Amino acid sequence: MDAINKAQKGPFVSLMTGLPGGGKTFLGILLVAALLVPLSNMFLPPSSPFHVPTYLVSLMGKYICFALLALSVDLIWGFAGILSLGHGAFFALGGYSMGMYLMRQIGDRGVYGNPILPDFMVFLNWTELPWYWYGFDMFPFAMLMVILVPGFLAFVFGWFAFRSRVTGVYLSIITQAMTYALLLAFFRNDMGFGGNNGLTDFKDILGFDLQATGTRLGLFVASLIALAFGYLVCCFITQSKLGRVLIAIRDAESRTRFSGYRVEYYKLFVFVVSAILAGIAGALYVPQVGIINPSEFSPANSIEIVIWVAVGGRGTLWGAVLGAFLINWGKSYFTGSFPDAWLYFLGGLFIFSTLFLPKGIVGTAGIWIDKLKQLRQGKPDMNTPVSVKEEQ
Amino acid sequence: MTAHPKESKDKDLTSILYLDGVSVSFDGFKALNNLSFVVEPGEMRAIIGPNGAGKTTMMDVITGKTKPDTGEVFFKNGIDLTKYDEAFIANLGIGRKFQKPTVFESQTVFHNLELSLKGDKSVMTTLFAALNDEEVSRIMEVLRIIRLTEKAGDLAGSLSHGQKQWLEIGMLLMQDPDLLLVDEPVAGMTDAETEQTAILLREISATHSVVVVEHDMEFVRALNSKVTVLHEGSVLAEGSLDTVQNNQRVVEVYLGR
Repeated sequence: MDAINKAQKGPFVSLMTGLPGGGKTFLGILLVAALLVPLSNMFLPPSSPFHVPTYLVSLMGKYICFALLALSVDLIWGFAGILSLGHGAFFALGGYSMGMYLMRQIGDRGVYGNPILPDFMVFLNWTELPWYWYGFDMFPFAMLMVILVPGFLAFVFGWFAFRSRVTGVYLSIITQAMTYALLLAFFRNDMGFGGNNGLTDFKDILGFDLQATGTRLGLFVASLIALAFGYLVCCFITQSKLGRVLIAIRDAESRTRFSGYRVEYYKLFVFVVSAILAGIAGALYVPQVGIINPSEFSPANSIEIVIWVAVGGRGTLWGAVLGAFLINWGKSYFTGSFPDAWLYFLGGLFIFSTLFLPKGIVGTAGIWIDKLKQLRQGKPDMNTPVSVKEEQ
Repeated sequence: MTAHPKESKDKDLTSILYLDGVSVSFDGFKALNNLSFVVEPGEMRAIIGPNGAGKTTMMDVITGKTKPDTGEVFFKNGIDLTKYDEAFIANLGIGRKFQKPTVFESQTVFHNLELSLKGDKSVMTTLFAALNDEEVSRIMEVLRIIRLTEKAGDLAGSLSHGQKQWLEIGMLLMQDPDLLLVDEPVAGMTDAETEQTAILLREISATHSVVVVEHDMEFVRALNSKVTVLHEGSVLAEGSLDTVQNNQRVVEVYLGR
């Protein structure tokens, strides 16, 4: 029996022998994209219909970062039932950590030519680098901070929230408050993060020119690798016994407590993992768009992430990725062609998916496929009530 | 997490559960009022009482969900239960079945039992957990006891009401607790299911201490155990079902209104 096999093998073997529905196809698509997009960009002439222009490579790289962000939200919302409306904060903190490295890389090539201080500090008449900027000239240190800063914030926030048993809509509201507080803080010039303008005018990363096509392709591939890595981490967690405990918490929290599980520690674990994935997404996003500013902390951004996951299909992992791609592609298209209609379209899409696709695109497709299979096997089970079928 | 309770107080207790003078009030309403009773190891005890008698609050106090305002609650060799939370008390060896059957609906019957398995329940152990043969056969044994072997691969949400009740009892058995608290196990069951449940609980009580809260008098009779009658948060009468049913005060509380 499948259930016994899975539980007996443990998460490592489960992951190697079988990914959850559609997982192999999904990783296959990522691999093909990582190979074909750079090849097409480098070797096909711009006149070819299959040529991928560099601007499109960066645009897709940006979507991939959003996809990883959506994945991180799906891990906590879809599996543990934690609806974070402040995940943009972890994304932005990862982004700022990368941004600080990129600022230090500018060196004396800034407008004011100060070898140590970034332009905005010179402009504010600062004479010394604040202590929290130390070390960001070193890439490994900055990458460590990409993981530690969002992870630490999630740990402290989650420790207090989950220990006090704040759940449901109350938790969602305080996550909003958290990201809003950070938005206000980062707007202030004396925080030392560039205030309103944020960090920008980046020149190069690890010595590679950020404007160069090769660097852009490299970042694109790095983003794909990060997405695949994030997907595998999420699969590992959700296929383990811990994943089943998370679903148990989502469906019946007090039953889980009375079964002997310290629910707050489980929530804290998955919340921190999710925040780290969001931070990595932010770190890869910043060099591809060339700027990070406080607007990334805006509560509306975090709500938009939740819409990507809801439209793609909560609790399906790659559904969240699909949702992020579709909506962001739609956003690029609509804001270009019908700039005034975009917000109406987004609102309409959310209402449509809530009413007609409560399980998102992937979840609803799954139900249809099951129905088709039953029809083909020639036993449409009229006896099973619809409500039971939908739960499956 | 292994339980290392501080052996507190110098109470030399032989009982498995000891409640003395426990009071709990919510906004001035006394849910429990100086409640005292003792359950001996291996005993099966039925607790009856009208609505609002404090049966569920009593379970909340024992399992750590509610802290009593006053009074003492001890488990086994003088472990003070008022100091610990639900997860800790569950790992100490007290299992609780809810009034409304509460199972993990979107997971299979097998996984419901796997999740309830006794053992280390810390985050990292759970992340890398894999079942060994012994544990699988333990799950299979419980599946047989609760008569759900055929349904092992089905989602718990697709079970009938009575089967969910059994599954939840099975989940308690997986925890292998010293004491089982069972809240209205036959609510909403057919007569045949009720009868089977009584047999099941009698089987379980051969190796565990069991406290059953129930309304259904026929079922309590089938359990054939000592009965405690609760009323307005304290014990009204205690003894065999016949003694209790002939008690004048019990008759008044149940029938006299």
